[in-house]
Amino acid sequence: MKREDLATTVLALVTGIAPDVDPASVIASVDFRDQFDFDSMDTLNFAIALHRELGVEVPEADYSRLASVDKCVAYLAEKVR
Amino acid sequence: MLSEFRLPALGADMEEGTVVQWHVAPGDAVKRGQVVAVVETDKGAIDVEVFEDGVVRELVVQAGTKVPVGAVLARLETAGQSAPPSLPPEPSGTAQEAAGSRARISPAARVRARELGVEVASLIGTGPAGSITIADVEKAQQSTQPSRQPSVDRAGERDMAPAGGMRAAIATAMSRSKREIPHYYLSLTKDVTGAVDWLAARNASVPVTERMLFAALLIKAVALTCRDVQGFSGFYRDGRYEQSPSVHVGVAVALRGGGLVAPAIMDTAVKPLPSLMEEFRQLVMRARAGRLRASELAAPSIIVTSLGDAAVDAVFPIIQMPQVAIVGAGAVSSRPWVVDGKVEPRQLIVLSLGADHRVTDGRLGAQFLAGIAERLAAPEKL
Repeated sequence: MKREDLATTVLALVTGIAPDVDPASVIASVDFRDQFDFDSMDTLNFAIALHRELGVEVPEADYSRLASVDKCVAYLAEKVR
Repeated sequence: MLSEFRLPALGADMEEGTVVQWHVAPGDAVKRGQVVAVVETDKGAIDVEVFEDGVVRELVVQAGTKVPVGAVLARLETAGQSAPPSLPPEPSGTAQEAAGSRARISPAARVRARELGVEVASLIGTGPAGSITIADVEKAQQSTQPSRQPSVDRAGERDMAPAGGMRAAIATAMSRSKREIPHYYLSLTKDVTGAVDWLAARNASVPVTERMLFAALLIKAVALTCRDVQGFSGFYRDGRYEQSPSVHVGVAVALRGGGLVAPAIMDTAVKPLPSLMEEFRQLVMRARAGRLRASELAAPSIIVTSLGDAAVDAVFPIIQMPQVAIVGAGAVSSRPWVVDGKVEPRQLIVLSLGADHRVTDGRLGAQFLAGIAERLAAPEKL
């Protein structure tokens, strides 16, 4: 999957689990936690969504690598072919 | 007999609501626990259920009307003399069933729709279980030119708008709690390394969909301890305390637009941990998507507020009337701790309790808090 496609998918998944987030306002380089108070429940839901959508099982130890759109794309680029 | 279906109070901070949609019409048969209307409140759009079986005779309040708590919404023909039960009915059906085809919308998206002059009823939601997202609202506004331009004063208050009504409601309720309830506060630092390790090992061995959060352990520990130590899970009304027959732990959920809600996980003490976690997860998602049920908001017999994600040590929580206790938890963090005479890094949590002196004293509160801590030390038994 291309990086642009990964970024689009990540953004769709984030706003999918957090419908109260305005997708137009998301800044790719800033951590979700700092932008819109992403908490541990959001992170878990995000990991579940990634599993459903891309078949990627993210271990808890790797949660910190899902902290922003940019970090997600870098991480997923390793995992998704 | 003819019975009146009134707008229920969903916590002490609710004064009014707007009926946005009826799901029933005169002549329809309804069952206790059935969702019959959607009411927009400061806590978002809420599914409101009926408390008795019957047949709808008349819809007194039309959709779009704002009414105070206690107002008669509809009249039902019911079989018996049954008075409304003191406890709300168990929500029936799943979230998916409840969703149906109607428009569900997060509080933030509803505010945006109002700003942009977009008709919510005309939107198709793409969020969880078909709920309408901010993106849906904005897409609709772009595709069809708005029938109404956003007014200037609305645009000006945009940043504060999502939280405005809810903020005022919280302020009113918390002022009343602080004024009327003689609070006392206790805190206890607990080494939860065992529970943290147990949870990490468990989460590593199950699929991602079955992972649990530490908060789920805490919620269950609180629920079980409510059965061991009386005086913390119940309601103070008309000058006396009444212990709730079942423990319904309310979970404080922070909303992204600002504000918070505390819907209940019903019958918390008897739910196995995995199903409790799944319900907790769904509840948080629905709270943030504006899809809660009236019974869930009215039910809590005690509340748990976990500020673990905010990285604070401790919470000094304020009781929500008519409850008599609230349990707080700070972040679990690695700190120096003395174990067998030696300082070691351990995972510590500060548990706190805000409780009502009209019902209990610090000694019993200490017993209650210690009970929760003990339960957390044996996560496999939760």
